[in-house]
Amino acid sequence: MDFTDTTEEAAFRAEANAFLSQHLEPKKAAAIRSGRREDYLQRAKDWQKVKAENRFAQITWPKEIGGRGGSPMQQVIWNQEESKFDAPIGPFAIGLGMCVPTVIAFGSDDHKKRYVQKALFGEEIWCQLFSEPAAGSDVAGLKTKAVKDGDDWVINGQKVWTSGAHYSDYGILLVRTDPDVPKHKGLTMFIVDMKQEGVDVRPIHQASGGSEFNEVYFTDVRIPDSDRLGEPGMGWKVALVTLMNERLAVGGSPGPDWAEIMDYARSSGSMSDQAFRAKLADWYVAAQGYKLTKFRTQTALSKGETPGPENSIGKVITANHLQDICNSAIEMQDHYGIISDKDKAPADAIFQESFMWAPGLRIAGGTDEILKNIIAERVLGLPQDVRVDKDKPFSAF
Amino acid sequence: MNFDFSDDQKFLRDEARKFLEAQCTSAHVRAVLDDDGMSHNDEVWQKIVEMGWLGAAIPEEYGGLGLGMLELCVIAEELGRVLAPVPFGSSAYFFAETIKLAGSDEQKAEWLPKVADGSIVGCLATTEGPGALSASNVHTTAKDGVLSGTKVPVTDGDIATHAVVLAKEGSGAGLYVVALDQDGVSRTSLKTIEPTRSHAEITFNNASATRLVPQEGNGLKPYEGNGMVLLEQIMDRAAVLLAFEQLGGASRCLEMATDYAKERHAFGRPIGGNQAIKHKLADIYVKNEVARSNAYYGAWALSTDAAELPEAAAAARVAASEAFWFASKENIQTHGGMGFTWEVDCHLYYRRAKLLAVQAGSPAVWKEKLVSALETKNAA
Ligand SMILES: Cc1cc2nc3c(=O)[nH]c(=O)nc-3n(C[C@H](O)[C@H](O)[C@H](O)COP(=O)(O)OP(=O)(O)OC[C@H]3O[C@@H](n4cnc5c(N)ncnc54)[C@H](O)[C@@H]3O)c2cc1C
Repeated sequence: MDFTDTTEEAAFRAEANAFLSQHLEPKKAAAIRSGRREDYLQRAKDWQKVKAENRFAQITWPKEIGGRGGSPMQQVIWNQEESKFDAPIGPFAIGLGMCVPTVIAFGSDDHKKRYVQKALFGEEIWCQLFSEPAAGSDVAGLKTKAVKDGDDWVINGQKVWTSGAHYSDYGILLVRTDPDVPKHKGLTMFIVDMKQEGVDVRPIHQASGGSEFNEVYFTDVRIPDSDRLGEPGMGWKVALVTLMNERLAVGGSPGPDWAEIMDYARSSGSMSDQAFRAKLADWYVAAQGYKLTKFRTQTALSKGETPGPENSIGKVITANHLQDICNSAIEMQDHYGIISDKDKAPADAIFQESFMWAPGLRIAGGTDEILKNIIAERVLGLPQDVRVDKDKPFSAF
Repeated sequence: MNFDFSDDQKFLRDEARKFLEAQCTSAHVRAVLDDDGMSHNDEVWQKIVEMGWLGAAIPEEYGGLGLGMLELCVIAEELGRVLAPVPFGSSAYFFAETIKLAGSDEQKAEWLPKVADGSIVGCLATTEGPGALSASNVHTTAKDGVLSGTKVPVTDGDIATHAVVLAKEGSGAGLYVVALDQDGVSRTSLKTIEPTRSHAEITFNNASATRLVPQEGNGLKPYEGNGMVLLEQIMDRAAVLLAFEQLGGASRCLEMATDYAKERHAFGRPIGGNQAIKHKLADIYVKNEVARSNAYYGAWALSTDAAELPEAAAAARVAASEAFWFASKENIQTHGGMGFTWEVDCHLYYRRAKLLAVQAGSPAVWKEKLVSALETKNAA
């Protein structure tokens, strides 16, 4: 067992760190909030461009498509170093983490030429259009339909919870092209231009107060057949690639952790509360356990193994703990704890803000229940849930 | 970054697992469970002695294999999986590690080779009554090499030939090695919730005792007559080893529960097809992974004498105690009525989980240690 970098790893870490220090400020606790700043989107685009120009964007992608041709370990090191800085990366997480890899896997050469560079250099932003009002956990139950008309497909229907749709240029869109076969067999994936006629993006007012996600309505939207990803009816297989990448991408906890609540408890005198101390130990152990589990995954990666299902545990642990930690921090402040005014609340209202955001984190990218199903079925090999609609045509329901 | 055991260590694990699955079966464990007069399974013990595992982490100059702490961790996990009904932990993690840490060169030369070849069996005697151990609840006294008082319970106290005993001396406390076959020592076996590991009450009446005198310069904090400080360090080391035993037990519980959930049918399908069961097992899996990662970190800290050892050990112990407790209770639940019978092994794990959770200080004690360590660290 050895936590030290190899010579090559250390050299890359130093290089990454030098580059980051040259361009960004180190992260302060309050910088978590920077996501809400007015100029955030522009800053994010600028940062993405600088990264791409210096081949620090998408380290593992081949050089031909603008990556670095680096190892998964280098990507991990980059992520670790970048997270120490106030890096505005939010708007690109879905596109570069999930959508564009799907385009790379299933798109034509033309698609790759047309889309990959622009996304990589921060010129175009992508969103993921899967969920619908009646199809969230059960994505394959979606109803938005595409009908072939000459060389085009005509799309009608509604998507929901689409993060970043309001600033996105393109999206990957999963639709039903054949309702007369079982649900997983009648789906097809497309690339869709979000700025074209018939695409109507309406922000949703979230429980947390913000509007990061949207409803998207499609009315007679035409997509050329050439913008199809994979064969007609093969959409589920394509979507699984996206979802697999999603499970790798999510998991970190974007909010206060045990260290921040400990800081706060020390300043407020709550460290003498035995019940609080016991909880703090539990949070530390879970956070540390998850962090170290990622080290184990990295070790497997560096030996050329594929990452196992360890990744599904991340979200289950971190999203719950974020909610718990914020809840405790508020209760620690007693009645005063309800105040979310940054100027009046301790720690710039970080705990209050994350308290309101945490419920969404437990749902986005697969709910706790769905992730536990994945662990139970794919890791432990337990029987699948009963799926009454499995072998019947979708139109029968 | 290489956060994993080496190929050699994995080979050792595979060999140990094969050996124990054949030589330490449920029947061997139950032989001890079902016989009130049987303190441990001597047949299994003798085979383990022959394997040389007791000397895994004892230097070659003292008759051990001189492998290292990581190897001892590997063995501990395997012993935990099969609930080995033997005094391995008492002799290897507590007695030998204490001598290694707190003994002089002569003391090491006297006892370590005998632990390694099984000719003596050691244990650790600290507790005297309910509640967390502290200097104020130690009443056993030592003066001029003579020790008096009562320790209860002492794990493996009726099998062991030697004990390390915590005793008051002046205003502080010291650690003493006491031979248990002398006139000044009397012992009685105790009834406990975990009959596959023996426990005794030991009374010392002017027993002759040897004070442990650590050699300077082995990375130890000054001894200064304060055995409590020394004990903390011994417990940190033992905590990591116990965490591996706990992890082994917890992993086995998950396997048992998963296998049963696939086999047992109710309402026309395997019970494991129901989410209440699936999610319960997923929860066990998550806790076990958290425990495994923390235990690995503890192993690293132990094997490198890292400054992080106190918090790494505490995190490993807290995570492993929680994981084994949760896995052992939900394993019974998953087995339904069968799980509550004497004949099915579930309760053996439930019993062992609780013993291991309190044996070197309860989870509450370790949570407190962890938070104190974090406070100290973040103050700097
Ligand atoms: C902040 C945020 C951002 C998002 N961004 C995107 C995005 O960019 N693109 C996109 O396509 N989607 C996005 N989503 C949608 C997200 O993927 C879905 O909300 C999520 O998968 C749950 O679906 P649902 O909301 O329809 O809930 P439902 O599926 O209706 O679930 C309701 C409850 O039932 C439970 N449940 C459902 N099925 C089962 C089952 N089989 N077993 C046990 N329990 C079950 C769920 O766990 C949940 O507790 C986002 C969601 C959030 C909150």
